[in-house]
Amino acid sequence: MSQPEGKGSGALEVKFVPDEQVLKHIADDAGIKVRKDKTQLTASVKRFVKKLENISDDETQDILEEKNYVAALGVCAQDPLGNGSSVSGGEVYSFQTPKCSGRMAELASELAQTPGQSVAPECPEKTAKTPQSSSKEYMLLLLMHVFSLLLQSRKKEFVSTTPYRLRKRLAAPDTYVESESEYSASCSEEEDEEDQKEVITVLSGQKTPAKTKAASTPPPKNTLAKKTKEGKMNNLVEEYFEAHSSSKVLTSDRTLQKLRKRRLNQQTLYDLLKKAPLAYAAEIKELNEQYESLFSKWMLQLHLGFNIVLYGLGSKRDLLEKFRTSVLQDSVHLVVNGYFPSITVRSILNSITEEVLDHIGTFRSPLDQLEFIIKRFKEDSSLELYVLIHNLDSQMLRGERSQQILAQLSSLRSIYLVASIDHINAPLMWDQAKLSLYNWLWYETTTFSPYVEETSYENSLFIQQSGSLALSSLTHVLRSLTPNARGIFRLLARYQLENKDNPSYPGLSFQDFYQQCREAFLVNSDLTLRAQLTEFRDHKLIRTKRGADGVEYLLIPVDDSTLTDFLEKEDEDV
Amino acid sequence: FRERNDDSEDTELRFVTCQSLWNQIKSETEQVQEDLNKQLFDNLVSFLRRSHSEFQEKTTKWTCQVKSREIPTAALVLGVNVTDHDLTFRSLSEVLQDNITPYIALLEAKDCPGIKNLMQKLMGKLMNCYTDVNSLEDEDYVQVSQNRIRCSMTSLINWYENVTKKADSETSSKKRTSSSRHWQSPPVVVIFKDMESFNTKVLQDFIVISSQHIRELPLVLIFGIATSPMIIHSLLPHSVSSLLCIELFQSLSSKEHLSTIIDKLLLTAQFPFKLGEKVLQVLINIFLYHDFSVQNFIKGFQLCVVEHFYSQPLSVLCCQLVDAKKRVNSLSHDQCENIRRLPSFRRYVESEASEKQIALLTADNFLKEIIHKLLEDLHVYHENYVSVLRCLHVFTSSLPKYPLGKQIRELHCACLENRVWETEEYESCLQLARMLNKSDLVTMLQQCVEIFVSSSGKEFGKTIEKLKEFLTQFQKLEAEAFQEQDVSVSSQKELQKKTDLYRLQKTLLELKESRRSKKLTKFEMLRFEVVDYIDSLVRSYLVPADHKTLHEIAYFNTASVLRGHLNAAPRIALHTALNNPYSYLKNQALKSNGGGISNKAPDICVVYKLHLECGRLINLVDWLEAFSTVVNAAEGPDADAASSDQVDDIIHARFIRAVSELELLGFIKPSKQKTDHVARLTWGGC
Repeated sequence: MSQPEGKGSGALEVKFVPDEQVLKHIADDAGIKVRKDKTQLTASVKRFVKKLENISDDETQDILEEKNYVAALGVCAQDPLGNGSSVSGGEVYSFQTPKCSGRMAELASELAQTPGQSVAPECPEKTAKTPQSSSKEYMLLLLMHVFSLLLQSRKKEFVSTTPYRLRKRLAAPDTYVESESEYSASCSEEEDEEDQKEVITVLSGQKTPAKTKAASTPPPKNTLAKKTKEGKMNNLVEEYFEAHSSSKVLTSDRTLQKLRKRRLNQQTLYDLLKKAPLAYAAEIKELNEQYESLFSKWMLQLHLGFNIVLYGLGSKRDLLEKFRTSVLQDSVHLVVNGYFPSITVRSILNSITEEVLDHIGTFRSPLDQLEFIIKRFKEDSSLELYVLIHNLDSQMLRGERSQQILAQLSSLRSIYLVASIDHINAPLMWDQAKLSLYNWLWYETTTFSPYVEETSYENSLFIQQSGSLALSSLTHVLRSLTPNARGIFRLLARYQLENKDNPSYPGLSFQDFYQQCREAFLVNSDLTLRAQLTEFRDHKLIRTKRGADGVEYLLIPVDDSTLTDFLEKEDEDV
Repeated sequence: FRERNDDSEDTELRFVTCQSLWNQIKSETEQVQEDLNKQLFDNLVSFLRRSHSEFQEKTTKWTCQVKSREIPTAALVLGVNVTDHDLTFRSLSEVLQDNITPYIALLEAKDCPGIKNLMQKLMGKLMNCYTDVNSLEDEDYVQVSQNRIRCSMTSLINWYENVTKKADSETSSKKRTSSSRHWQSPPVVVIFKDMESFNTKVLQDFIVISSQHIRELPLVLIFGIATSPMIIHSLLPHSVSSLLCIELFQSLSSKEHLSTIIDKLLLTAQFPFKLGEKVLQVLINIFLYHDFSVQNFIKGFQLCVVEHFYSQPLSVLCCQLVDAKKRVNSLSHDQCENIRRLPSFRRYVESEASEKQIALLTADNFLKEIIHKLLEDLHVYHENYVSVLRCLHVFTSSLPKYPLGKQIRELHCACLENRVWETEEYESCLQLARMLNKSDLVTMLQQCVEIFVSSSGKEFGKTIEKLKEFLTQFQKLEAEAFQEQDVSVSSQKELQKKTDLYRLQKTLLELKESRRSKKLTKFEMLRFEVVDYIDSLVRSYLVPADHKTLHEIAYFNTASVLRGHLNAAPRIALHTALNNPYSYLKNQALKSNGGGISNKAPDICVVYKLHLECGRLINLVDWLEAFSTVVNAAEGPDADAASSDQVDDIIHARFIRAVSELELLGFIKPSKQKTDHVARLTWGGC
């Protein structure tokens, strides 16, 4: 920590230009791939030097202030007292360069290496593997270290906007630099002026490939800076398309199949997780208790016409349940499990009209129903209803219309809404009008408790990973069929497997299939086969689609591995 | 009814005070709103009257054929603060109902996706209006509207004719009692609340159709516009907009609205509750940077009131002075202790003599007496503060560059923040004030006198006298100046005689010199005196509130709470939780030791951290392996991969859970581009 101090005065003229780069580096987590484009590099170095001359001290001051302002806007005019959550917008909403997958493994080993002890066990193969890039990275870190020190000493207010990751990262590399310096000759402890310059060129060369959030760079005063900014913008745009044009993504081709890992289904997963101890139970409990003390305040605020929305990491289901059992026991309340995949606004409205208002009858549209509810609640002021919605931002409820209806519902004086949101983009659901209808009070309730219930209905990743559901249902259905029908299905499955390498395999055409079935003595007429196929289709075992030529094609909508498993099993049975 | 969880006995009382205070504030704001809208509404009403009378004429003489197809239209420009519009429209329709016509239909874009829906809605609204007016007889109309009558313009016209006929007969029978307010054939007013969000096709159709029938049906449209009046022309083609006879109405901008509200709510001694500097700043920031909605500002204010009364046990004293004194007498011992614990009171005690200190800290009765006095002080302070603030504002608001802000709220914030006379801006203000010309100065002084006269403070008698004295002195100066003027004029005449260049220069110099030395001294001295006097006023009365003893009772100052509730940042909360779990879970093992999070962090944090390293697509296998590396290292010593298979399963399960949690949070989604890959959605998924 001590060594850069002396360098501070020497590098004074360098200090403000890299502001943007510092930002950039922050925006761009953990080491940027330095692209060594010779021409670009020289050009940018020139520009860099010119800029140095141009920017006089007070101007940079201005820029600093503007930056402060922008940052303040981004984080909604941060509290100067700073209650811990001061993260600048640039950090949260940053772009990132696409990286090779090696980084992840690297970080993993890095993380695994830092068990909190002071002496980090050195990992020779790792450094041997990436000597060049890592040394550069650490040089960057060192340089940033210098800058941050400078900046910190320079201005208090700037420190408040320095994203904390920077500081964090800066505090970190000390051990690394020390361990690294033994391996890389270029990065010695006593870096002199020359070294510094080299590092700076690296920095400025990296300016082009690096990406920043355009909004977070303040409009520079002098035209030169403006030009660079425009250039940056262009680069940003270009790089966006560059990143998206290459359909090829650099990831390894390994799949879960090759891992030979037993596929987990819902139940075993649940059991396994039960066995695994919940980390930090005590702390989580403490957090929850803290939130529970707010219950009476919530009640008061609900009664004063506000509605309450909870956000933050971790399942808020238990918290709301606790709220329900402890406070709402004697009042009419409705719990909506928003995460349930088949929940709809209509079902919410139905349960209000049927259960709460005891109204029998149907409505033409949800809007009519809503009108009816509003009317009833306005007529009868003694009616009160608490609505608890878990995951207001779930797939089914996040639509514009549903939100509109819920907002109108919640704007009623005698309906009290407590909801929770989890998705990072959840607040985008609401426009000004809806927000004013909802009249939210936001409460941060970060619980860190696992989303057990909420994710249990989420099927996409699981079906993809387990697929056991499909297999069991396949066997189950097939077992109840006649041997002939099973034969038909097996025929189709085998044919599909034979063609599994053909990406444009449309399915088996009906005529061909009929022909094959006849040859295998499975059916004797067109009609019987059709009847059989209808049964399959009813059980969702097959799918038909018409090709371009109007011929019917048959497909089994199950992935190949499951199908193979299934056939193996069938063969055992037979 | 509502339980508050602190145990002191006067929660009930506090709640009642809070409620009554809030009701007061609410009625006040409503009053303000009404006053502000009055002008606009008057204009609108007169416009409607006019259009209506035109229609009357048309019914009598059908000469002006060309014009008769135009629908009178009022375009109401309301500004971007959409949330406030609701209230405006509601009161507008009330006003119209009272003054012009019972037939008003408020239409919103979301109800009218097609022309059919629009007509349906329109008919329903109008007929309901009608039944509201004479509620008893026409049950059948409600029936009809429920049963989906054929919604067309003709049926609307038939209905209208029916109604007016009936109204006519009624008026004749009732001898024109009810219709004295409305005219014979009142116009039908259709209000489009949010013109911009209507389907243009629907709007066009409606206008074209109704313009065909304008002769039978006196239709008047009102467009609510949030952006600019140009939108009408961009939404409607010329052929349609030529059917409209548009008149523009501009409502008050929400900024002005806000300053009136602040004026009425905060800069008055009427309400005992005050906002601290930070809180006010937060509210104003939300207003300026987020929504421009006065409604939300008031909501924030309400939250402040509630929060203050909820969290501050001494807020029981935050009421009118008379009541407060009564309540002081009945304070319990606990409450007295609470008072003693207030930092401002402790400061006060420390400044007193030692015997008095002991008495203050031990004897409740003595304490109560003192509190009486202090409360009175506080009250007087508020009264004086407001008038002096206004006075200062008169001075500063006309200075070039507005060093202390243009609006009085900025000045107010500055004064609350710290001693205003110590700031640089104030210095420059005084300097600029010393350069004011006389006429400005005189008018300012007059304004100040007015302010002080109208203010309720008792101590300002002297101030007024003093200011008046200044004024008379200025007048005297003016008289003198007249004489001097003569002199200078004569010298100027002299000057014109001699055209020698050198002489001219010399005399000019002399003239300048003499002016600087002679005439300006008198004026300048007086000016200095005035400015110094104002300065002294500021120094004595504009002490920031938190230097006052017992300010905690009246001021709400916890801005962070307010911001957390009104202007939350869920993304940042998530981000911090994932990146730095230590800020929530106070466990030493989690204490961030630099390069990110330690490997002991909760699963989801580790998984999140790993996924940050990836590009657009993430290979699940790699991810899982990286995860298990980290987790194994964390458990390292105790489980040396001994029961590898079993542990692996658990880790696998934990991984799946964490990943699906990330999916729920919206960081990733399954991708079909490659098997066993997920796509990153955020923060670099480009």
